[in-house]
Order: sequence, then C-alpha cells, then structure tokens
Amino acid sequence: MSVELTGAEITIRCLQEEGVDCIFGYPGGAVLFLYDELFKQDKVRHILVRHEQAAVHAADGYARSSNKVGVALVTSGPGVTNAVTGIATAYMDSIPLVVISGQVPTSAIGLDAFQEVDTVGITRPCVKHNFLVSDISELATTIKKAFYIAATGRPGPVLVDIPKDVTQQKMVFAYPEKISMRSYNPVVKGNLKQIKKAVELILSAKRPVFYTGGGVILSDAAKQLTELVKLLEYPCTNTLMGLGGYPATDKQFIGMLGMHGTYEANMAMQYCDVLIAVGARFDDRVIGNPKHFSNESRKIIHIDIDPSSISKRVKVDIPIVGNVPDVLKELIKLLKSTKEAPDQTTLGEWWKQIELWRDRDCLKYDRQSSIIKPQMVVEKLYEITRGDAFITSDVGQHQMWAAQFYKFDKPRRWINSGGLGTMGFGMPAAMGVQLANLKSKVACITGEASIQMCIQELSTCKQYKLPLKIINLNNRYMGMVRQWQEFFHGNRYAESYMDALPDFIKLAESYGHVGIKIERPEDVEGALKEAFKLKDQLVFLDFITDQTENVFPMVPGGKGLSEMILV
Amino acid sequence: MENEAGALSRVAGLFSARGYNIESLSVAPTEDPTLSRMTLVTTGSDDVIEQVTKHLNKLIEVVKVIDLSDGNHIERELMLVKVRAIGPDREEIKRLVEIFRGCIIDVTDKSYTIELTGTSLKLDAFLDAIEKSAVLETVRTGASGIGRGDWVLKV
Repeated sequence: MSVELTGAEITIRCLQEEGVDCIFGYPGGAVLFLYDELFKQDKVRHILVRHEQAAVHAADGYARSSNKVGVALVTSGPGVTNAVTGIATAYMDSIPLVVISGQVPTSAIGLDAFQEVDTVGITRPCVKHNFLVSDISELATTIKKAFYIAATGRPGPVLVDIPKDVTQQKMVFAYPEKISMRSYNPVVKGNLKQIKKAVELILSAKRPVFYTGGGVILSDAAKQLTELVKLLEYPCTNTLMGLGGYPATDKQFIGMLGMHGTYEANMAMQYCDVLIAVGARFDDRVIGNPKHFSNESRKIIHIDIDPSSISKRVKVDIPIVGNVPDVLKELIKLLKSTKEAPDQTTLGEWWKQIELWRDRDCLKYDRQSSIIKPQMVVEKLYEITRGDAFITSDVGQHQMWAAQFYKFDKPRRWINSGGLGTMGFGMPAAMGVQLANLKSKVACITGEASIQMCIQELSTCKQYKLPLKIINLNNRYMGMVRQWQEFFHGNRYAESYMDALPDFIKLAESYGHVGIKIERPEDVEGALKEAFKLKDQLVFLDFITDQTENVFPMVPGGKGLSEMILV
Repeated sequence: MENEAGALSRVAGLFSARGYNIESLSVAPTEDPTLSRMTLVTTGSDDVIEQVTKHLNKLIEVVKVIDLSDGNHIERELMLVKVRAIGPDREEIKRLVEIFRGCIIDVTDKSYTIELTGTSLKLDAFLDAIEKSAVLETVRTGASGIGRGDWVLKV
C-alpha cells in the first residue's frame, strides 16, 4: 500500500526528482505548507531573497550560467505581481524557469480573497506556458510538464499556480518518468534539403558573415559554431545575447553588432552578400531600420528553433528550423565531405575590406583622461580576471561598455537582460550565478541608477555569504537616458540626474560588506585587485566616472546599420 | 485545441498582444471531448497570416492549425434577427426570409425573430436587403468552417 503525501510534499518531491538543488523564494500565506515541507528536508536548498523580483532574476541567473532550469517560489497576490518583471525578463531572453506560485484556496478563487490575484491571467503574455493546478491528482504531472516545456524547444519560463488547499490535500505520489503532449512537439532535426541548399550558398559566398545570437548560448552550440566558423574562415559577429558564442579574442571575431556594435560588424552585416544567421532574431536593436537593412541585397540563411522567429522582421531565403547544434553539426559534416571550397581570393578581398573598417578603431576613448573613464574600468576588470569571470550587468551605458570591452571567450559568462532591458537585474542575477558556480569569480557591472532598483539584495548576499564584486560605474546620471537626451532632445536632461545618492560605501558596510570608493584613474587597478583578493567578501566598488561619457558607435533609433555615429 | 480552461484566452490574448485582428471566432468541443475546434476569421497580408499561424502553433494548447482559405472549404454562420413586423411589412419580410431560405422562429404581433444560416456574406446581404430601421436586434455566431471533399482534419 503506497503512502499518501500532501500536495506540498508532492511539490517538493517533484523538485527533488528533477534534480533541483537550489531555489529562490519568499514565503507567504498561500505557500506556508510548501515552506513547511522545504523545512523538513535538505536536498533542495532555499535562498531567501528580499523581494520576489530578485527571486526570479536569481533563478534566471542560475539558469543562464548553468543550463539547468531555474526555480523560484513566491506567494499569491503581491508575491506574484512582484515576480512579473522577473518572469517577463526571462521570457524575452528565452530562459528556462519554473516559477511556482501560491494561490488562495480553490473555494476562494474569484471571490476577491485576501492576496488573491488572477495569476495565470496576469502572467499569460509573459510565460511560455502556465498552469493553475485545480486538483491534486494533476499536481505531479503538471510539474513534470512545466520542467519539460521550460527546457525544450525554444526555452522559456513556465508558471505553476498552486492553490493552498491543493498543498494540503493527500494523494499517492508517482512522478511520471516521461511526458508526451500531443500539442507540444518541438522540432529538433533540421530539414536536410534545406541544409544542403545552405551549404551551396555558403560555399558560393563572396562576402559572407556569421551573425549569431542567444540561441547559440541557450542550445550550447558554441563549440559547433566555433568549429564551423574556423573551418570556413569567415567573419563572425555576435549579438548582445550571443556574446561568448564565438571567442571574442579570435581574429575572425569582428565584435558585437547592432545599435552599439562595432563599425566593422555593422558594415559587414550591411554589405555582406551571404548572411548566416544562427539563433538570432533580427530585432530592432540589432539591424536598426529593416527598410534600410533591405536596401542592400543579400541572401540570408536563418537557423533557429522557433519558426515564428523566421521571416518576422526580415525575409529570409533559406530558413532552417531546428536545434542549432544539430543543424551546425550537419553543416560541418557536409562541408567536410564536399570537395568544393570558398573562393580564397574573394574571401581575402572581403577580409581586407573588413580590416579597413576595423582600422577605424571605433571603440577608442581617451585613455589619458584624468577622470575615470568607464570603459577603462571594464578593460581593467577584464585584465585582472583574465577574461574568466562571470559578468552580469544591469541596463544602460554600463551594460554596453561591458559588452564592448569585456572579451567573452566562453558561453554563459555574460549574463544580462537583453530583450526586456530590466534595470535591477544585475545583482540578483549575479547571486544566482554565484550559487550555480560556487567557486567562480562573479562580478556585476552596474550603474548608480540600476543598482538601486534591487539594492535590498545586499542583505541576501550577506545571509548566504555571496562574495560578489559590484562594479558600480557611478556617473550620477541615468547615463543612457542622458545620452539620448543629449543627442535627440536638445540637452534637456529631464529627470535623468541621480540626485540624493546614498553613500554606497556606508550602505555596503551597513549590510556587512566591504565598500571602496575610487575617484582617480590610477587607483582603478589596485582597487579591483584588492576586491578580488577578498575572496569571501562582497565588495562594492564605487567608481566615480566621467559624467559626460557616451557610448559609441551608435546607430540612432530608426536609422540603418551604416548610419552610425562614431566618436 | 485542448478543451481546457484558459485555452481560448491564450488565443484571444495572442491576437490582441501582437496587434492582429479577430473578425469572428467560434469554438465548441468536438466529438472527442478532450478537444475543441475553433474557427477564427482574420485578415492580413500573407506575411501576417504566416506569423499568425506560426504563433498559434506555438501555443501549447493548440494541437493543429490550418488555413481553410488555402483550399476549398465550406463556411457557415448562424444569425438570429429580431425585426419590427407591422402591417404590410409582415408579408414583405416573410417573403424576404423565404428568398434567403431562413425561417421565422418566433412571432409577436409587432415582431418576427428570424433564423438565417449561410456564409457571412449572405447574412450581410440579408441585413442589407431589409429595411434598416426595422432591425431591432441581431446576434451572429461567427463563421464555422470545414474543408470540402474527403479531406479530414485529424489530430
């Protein structure tokens, strides 16, 4: 006779069965039984955050840096509404998460009960899928489905809403080993005919470019991509989400492309004749104005797991729907078995052109400045960590400088909110990264505006002894807003000045951390070194940087890739 | 699609979130009670329809999507109309209903309630043919569609 378990026990058992070792959450009335079960076991570690948004960002950082499904647990009502920003962030960047939310008891649903909110309704547009478990008999299967849906196909967050009474009811526990859903069968293999066509086009290219995105990172295809690009000796650019997909220190890497991409990457993108897009989606921050983009004719191969990403903003010639590493493997196999090879003369000319573009040195800045330049801080951080740290960021100028100046050679090292652009993401994400990679160096590059959006998490970091290094590029402005106001709004800096800033050093110290203020360029390196020496401590480095520094190059909104503003 | 709570709102939400337009929508369970069949009428360029189809397919509860207007299909909509019917109009309206092969399903001394089935265009034509001021109330189901011939939409 099998023993009956409560819904709460079943939920925790399901997490154990999925191999979840760490979840992020915040308790409340509707999840008390779940917390009670968490208390009674020690397989699943719970990290108590200070705000539910941070719970989801932390689970997100955990997932991005480990390729495991991140898990967050929040209570009903405000617990869920606080979590929505985190869920939407994960949704835009296709991050596999399972968010478990408490709900008022089934008998109270719809009666405006205390802490009741229509959770599945509120989250529906920003999840891959969501469930309301209305009967305990569906609980285990639903959680199995949630993990399966989150991690397969184009990944994404899945929410499971569990009413309080369901966590109390009893049922025999059986966790399904496999799940099959007639309405959900993500494609894996690419169409071989299409792949063959792609090979022909790739070999006939005169001015080819690889343009690769977050899909390469998410599907763990960096190895295959690197092999393919090196085999062909073609240039490769990464999107903001795709950094680390191809080693940034390799000579075939031409930098990030897009609104703040390099001159050489954007020009190559605009003037190539064959574009090989891999796990990328031609979004507005990447190709600028699609009309300007299509002024030049080029053939496009687009490899992506999501059919709806194909021909959405730009018409493509050879779509290949499939799992990126599988398709790349197939391409490599075919290219290796063919006798044909790309024309080296035309390829050589194309590289010559790219080198001319590269010679513009579009990322130059004043290295002799007597005020700290933010770019220099990132460069020093890169040197001191030997390019091997996990870097998270918030959103704004500092995010772009981090992307431009920290050279990511490995995937899953660069963690930022690219799609939704969520300020406040950096520090909680870094907590998740650190917990997934206990011995690694983790730094959060942020600004004085972004960091304040989730500053309360300094407390969580204290509780769990997370030795993050917070690189605060403090220019006393919402820098990116100020930059746009300077360029496009006649220098009218409406509400972008960060007045009444806290003393970040004292603030860090009040949470039991170390704070260092750095005001002179010559102190940057020493401070960074000192911070990383303090292996077991969170160090808040407050760099007082140039207030007027702008991010260059820049493709203004609505303009084309070749209409960049250079320094 | 799966006959589950929330499936319909996912479809409706998709259309509003992405700025697509729903002209009509009708949905009910099929002979297999775990499945519902929905007929949705929308308009858009080929590119838009391609995206609509792809996004619908992505919804977890959607089992299969077909574009009926790709091939031969039959389309029917049901309309109930309450019209003012007094004096000589009573005969005239009755004749019109016969021409459109509808039937009068409820009668008072001042009104008729008419049931009419056909393509959406036919229902529009009936409303055009009848004196506008006589129409008191209309209710339409939206189109339901099915492919012509032996071809069957199977899961």
